Amino acid sequence: MNNKVPNNRAWLLVLPMLVLVAFSAIIPLMTVVNYSVQDVLGPNARFFTGTEWFQSMLNDDALQAAFLRQISFSLIILAIQIPLGIGIALIMPKRGWQASAVLILITLPLLIPWNVVGSIWQIFTRGDIGLMGWGLRELGINYNITRNAGDAWATIILMDVWHWTPLVAMLCYSGLRSIPEAYYQAARIDRASKWAIFRYIQLPKLTNVLVIAVLLRFMHSFMIYAEPFVLTGGGPGSATTFLSQSLTTMAVGQQDLGPSAAFSLIYFLVILLVSWVFYTTIMNMQKDKPPHGGA
Amino acid sequence: MAEITLKGLAHSYEKKPTGAADYAIRQMDHVWHQGGAYALLGPSGCGKSTLLNIISGLLEPSEGDVLFDGQRVNELPPEERNIAQVFQFPVIYDTMTVFDNLAFPLRNMNTPEYRVKPKVLEVADILELTPLLDRKAKNLTADEKQKVSMGRGLVRDDVTAILFDEPLTVIDPQLKWKLRRKLKEIHERFNITMIYVTHDQLEASTFADKIAVMYEGQVVQFGTPRELFERPAHTFVGYFIGSPGMNFMAVNHRDGQVMFGSQPLPVSDQMKHAVANASSTNASSNNIKLGIRPEFIAIASSEMADSVPILVTSVQDLGTYSLLTFKLNEQTFKARLPEGHPPVGETAFAHFDAAHVALYIDEYLVEAGHE
Repeated sequence: MNNKVPNNRAWLLVLPMLVLVAFSAIIPLMTVVNYSVQDVLGPNARFFTGTEWFQSMLNDDALQAAFLRQISFSLIILAIQIPLGIGIALIMPKRGWQASAVLILITLPLLIPWNVVGSIWQIFTRGDIGLMGWGLRELGINYNITRNAGDAWATIILMDVWHWTPLVAMLCYSGLRSIPEAYYQAARIDRASKWAIFRYIQLPKLTNVLVIAVLLRFMHSFMIYAEPFVLTGGGPGSATTFLSQSLTTMAVGQQDLGPSAAFSLIYFLVILLVSWVFYTTIMNMQKDKPPHGGA
Repeated sequence: MAEITLKGLAHSYEKKPTGAADYAIRQMDHVWHQGGAYALLGPSGCGKSTLLNIISGLLEPSEGDVLFDGQRVNELPPEERNIAQVFQFPVIYDTMTVFDNLAFPLRNMNTPEYRVKPKVLEVADILELTPLLDRKAKNLTADEKQKVSMGRGLVRDDVTAILFDEPLTVIDPQLKWKLRRKLKEIHERFNITMIYVTHDQLEASTFADKIAVMYEGQVVQFGTPRELFERPAHTFVGYFIGSPGMNFMAVNHRDGQVMFGSQPLPVSDQMKHAVANASSTNASSNNIKLGIRPEFIAIASSEMADSVPILVTSVQDLGTYSLLTFKLNEQTFKARLPEGHPPVGETAFAHFDAAHVALYIDEYLVEAGHE
């Protein structure tokens, strides 16, 4: 069956795509690569530095701390948003006007711009006029996001959960709606428990949308900038300074083009690597395992 | 063991049904005996699947009762009814292996593992799934998946009836035949009542001992494939069973003759009598039809005894027989000619075999008293 005719003219068909990708991604990226290996002192004074910037970035204590904070943040919000999103999708009404009403209500946070989300929560948590800040204080809780790192973290996580869980819920909801009724009927006849139905029907059918949800939420949260910047400004101290804020300070604030270029590339590669590893692992899990032992 | 009785059963998907048209199932009584192989045959949308879902408990009937061995089970959910159901599209648990799929109903009943394994192996053997037991169910072909769905019904010892809802729709034609044989084999081996929903008369007659033909939410005839063919109890059965279906003529009685429009029909004296009777008693409805199967119409170029002149429109050669289409009194008829029948011209004569002319009043068969 395998008698294909080798035909290299097919490469011509790839060419337009290649040109497009070159302009949209490769060329802009190469300018960053260009900066990352040079020390630019002025328009006519630049020196080749090799991997020096990369080394110093990787060994920078402040950046390492920001990186750890970033990873923790992404893991925490994933651990909350994915199960919560699935749970919301499971209890959402399936048809009728209630379904539309709930969908609209749930989607609202997704429509609010990042900066506005930050501002809303900034006001919301103020001790004097914010409902949450004032309320907690009235309850006798010493809540202050500008002073307590714990409060700042909890608030940022709460804000992100509020802003982005709807995305996970909506993806899961669409996944659940695509399960044919016969599956539930067969499960009833097979006497499956509620848990078994979730574990063996709903969750497997949600795998694909969950992969998308996890990837989107990971990438998004790993690049988070505007919301914590507006809410806490990275403080108290540097307790909520995440990677993109460090990068902005370096590139825009201090005009350190070389180090920030190196940093950007590392940042980009980390996201790429994590996403790739995650995706490949999940896809491999769905394949048949090589036969070994009994069932 | 279960004898399934439907008593005064009716179902409507509307909350407040206003007329007959709102009912998916119209008032019916029916008994499925223990251990029988039955088919539920009918066109799409006639209520077959609704009826099946009521028997399995996925739907609660709006009127009437479902009895299992005389016990009313209307409110019992499917999980408490000792039935299994196989759906049109194979339902398998994607992430599990074939073994785990088959073991699933047993494990849900907390069956100890040492009893699960032999049972699963036995069922896998019957369905020829043994080499696939370690495979993930997700990667199977459609017919293998459908066998797994059937297997889940067979592993349970408490299953007394298996309901099939057009289970071979997604299966390739060659495999259909094999799976049907398998089903028959399983039926003979286990003493299980099987009800098989289909819209394919061939599938129904090869699988079932008795077929219930459904039309507009009612079982219009329940009988062996032979009975359905020879004595259709309803004009719909005549039209639906057989290929092509029965020919029908709306007739009336005039001047001592059975008239099909302006054409007097040569029928037996009993039939003349019956039509005459029907015309006088049913004067208001006046829905009297004679039916004859294409197999029982003889065609010749020259006039025969008791024949009527016809206009031949086409002859199709279908290999083992020819299908002749003709017009009589502006209505199209089909006749089946045996192989090697002498060719006929545009005008010919048709003879209706008197023993096989059936009388229908208001669409239902009336015995005319001949034979």
